[in-house]
Amino acid sequence: MKRETWSRWILIFRWVALAGLALLVVFLPIPVNATTPVKRTFRIQASQFAYSPAVLSVNPGDRVTIELTATDVVHGLSIDGYDLETKSDPGQTARLTFVANQQGSFRFRCTVTCGNMHPFMIGKLQVGQNNLLWRGVLLVGLALVAGVWGTRK
Amino acid sequence: MNKSQEITWEERISGGKGDRIKPARFALPQRIDLYHISGIRPLLESRWPQFLLRALTLAGFIFTIFAGLFGSRVGSHNFSIIFVWIAWWTALKLVFIPLGGRSWCSVCPIPLPGEWLQQGGILDKGTRRFGLNLRWPKRLKGSWLQSGGFLLIGLFSALTLTDTRLTAWILLGLFGLAFVLSVVFERRAFCSYICPIGGFSGIYAKTAPVEVRVIDTAICTTHSEKTCYQNCSWGLYPVALRDSAQCGLCMECLRSCPQDNIAFNLRPFGSDLGQVHLSRHLDEAFLALVMLGSALVFSAVFIGPWGGLKSAAFAIGSTPWLLYGLAFLTLNLVVIPSFFALAVWSGERWSASKIQLRQAIASQSQVLLPLGLFAWIAFTISFALPKMNYVLSVISDPLGWGWNLLGTANTTWSPDVSAFSSILQVSLLMVGLFWSASIARRLAIRNSSPDYRQALPTLAFCLVFSVVMLWLLVG
Repeated sequence: MKRETWSRWILIFRWVALAGLALLVVFLPIPVNATTPVKRTFRIQASQFAYSPAVLSVNPGDRVTIELTATDVVHGLSIDGYDLETKSDPGQTARLTFVANQQGSFRFRCTVTCGNMHPFMIGKLQVGQNNLLWRGVLLVGLALVAGVWGTRK
Repeated sequence: MNKSQEITWEERISGGKGDRIKPARFALPQRIDLYHISGIRPLLESRWPQFLLRALTLAGFIFTIFAGLFGSRVGSHNFSIIFVWIAWWTALKLVFIPLGGRSWCSVCPIPLPGEWLQQGGILDKGTRRFGLNLRWPKRLKGSWLQSGGFLLIGLFSALTLTDTRLTAWILLGLFGLAFVLSVVFERRAFCSYICPIGGFSGIYAKTAPVEVRVIDTAICTTHSEKTCYQNCSWGLYPVALRDSAQCGLCMECLRSCPQDNIAFNLRPFGSDLGQVHLSRHLDEAFLALVMLGSALVFSAVFIGPWGGLKSAAFAIGSTPWLLYGLAFLTLNLVVIPSFFALAVWSGERWSASKIQLRQAIASQSQVLLPLGLFAWIAFTISFALPKMNYVLSVISDPLGWGWNLLGTANTTWSPDVSAFSSILQVSLLMVGLFWSASIARRLAIRNSSPDYRQALPTLAFCLVFSVVMLWLLVG
């Protein structure tokens, strides 16, 4: 077999191997620590331009109640991917209850114009393990290997 | 060019009627010369289409300043903030630069009044020109000042991106500075050496699929007038173009070449990358590193959940802001450059390369360009897309005065990108790292170092950057 043909087959093999690994990373189920769903309540204070606490961690299936209290001006809260929204007047508490049935990391944002940095007033809801992040880390690693190993000279 | 003056393709290739085709004119492989496609050529050859676009952007620019100064101070209800920092900034990173390199520079309104004054005319050059026409100081050449400008943007970003008055004053200041520099210095000194967006566009233009290049250099050597150089607003001589970082795509060289010897090429992405640099200038390497550092900080400030960081970045002059500024400058001036220099140095030592460190840093910094470009695109997906409803809103009420010109002022619809944006961001970072790795590999091969030891530390640097970016965006 000619050297060039042989090189081509090696390259094809490398790409098939990398594609197989990538598919494995994307679709391989990650074991989940089984937890009994519980009720969790978070009291969030909203002020320009921060939520406190800004990161909420729950387990999948938990029944989550958010008590949002604005401390300066009117603030709101909506969670990406959850189609939920609430609004709190200064000093008043607004409640939002939902079941955290989607796993992953979700941003929540202020929905009422509250000042200059309003579009960037953001918090984070962490539901269980962030599999996308770990799969993403493995995938960028594979992309690096593909760039070095899977391209022609 | 009218019908009677038209020359055939063969004549154009050969440089004149009766000449034989010179193979040297096909020196650049995998290129499509758009300038020599009949449907496209008139659009580039005539100055009118470009002028109309420039007039449009100039009108938009003046209106943006007006809206910033006199419109509502609420950024999300003001044309200046939404169109500059959401619409234009997004279009620049998602469309203009990845597909057109410095294409925005060719229609940018900021240098126009100064340039018209310099050349003594708007469409055509006049006989009487204005300005001192001094040469730009040699010490200030390169992209150091552009890097500094970008660092300033980063330092004041939280206020600049949200305060309507400040945005207007910055735009007005850039307009004035460009004008004054046009009066004092020759050509586009502001665009070439000062404008941070010019630096941003220029460095990533190397990845873009367009270029202006000479077809046959032999023809240029016999042409004594150098009309291309004389007419280039940027002061470039097309024969000397090593890459597309400096070319502002003004197209004047194509229009003025009497031999029709300049091409506007569609080329493979990243054709400028992977060349072994002989230069030891570190300005472009520093700019590439500043872009990486800025992408990290912008992601943390604008997309992260850390309210204290946002408040610190916003409270200009306060102690938290000074700490933020110190951390921002330390990251960009010390931490990232040091780690990159260490990575390149390790690679050189490991591979027993005999290249000088400065030259190796300049050369290896090309690896950072796809990585940086795709990191900025991934950041933009989170930064701008959830706020696109503001664009529809301010079209109807650009000054925030309660108008509803097109009936879209109260639009609350916004694309729910949360479902796919994270997956898209992971994919974009993968593409950027794949591309960077393939360039590192190409460089290693061209440096006669096929065991890749030279490239591995640089690739480790890129991997760490990608993972941190990933954590900021989808973590």
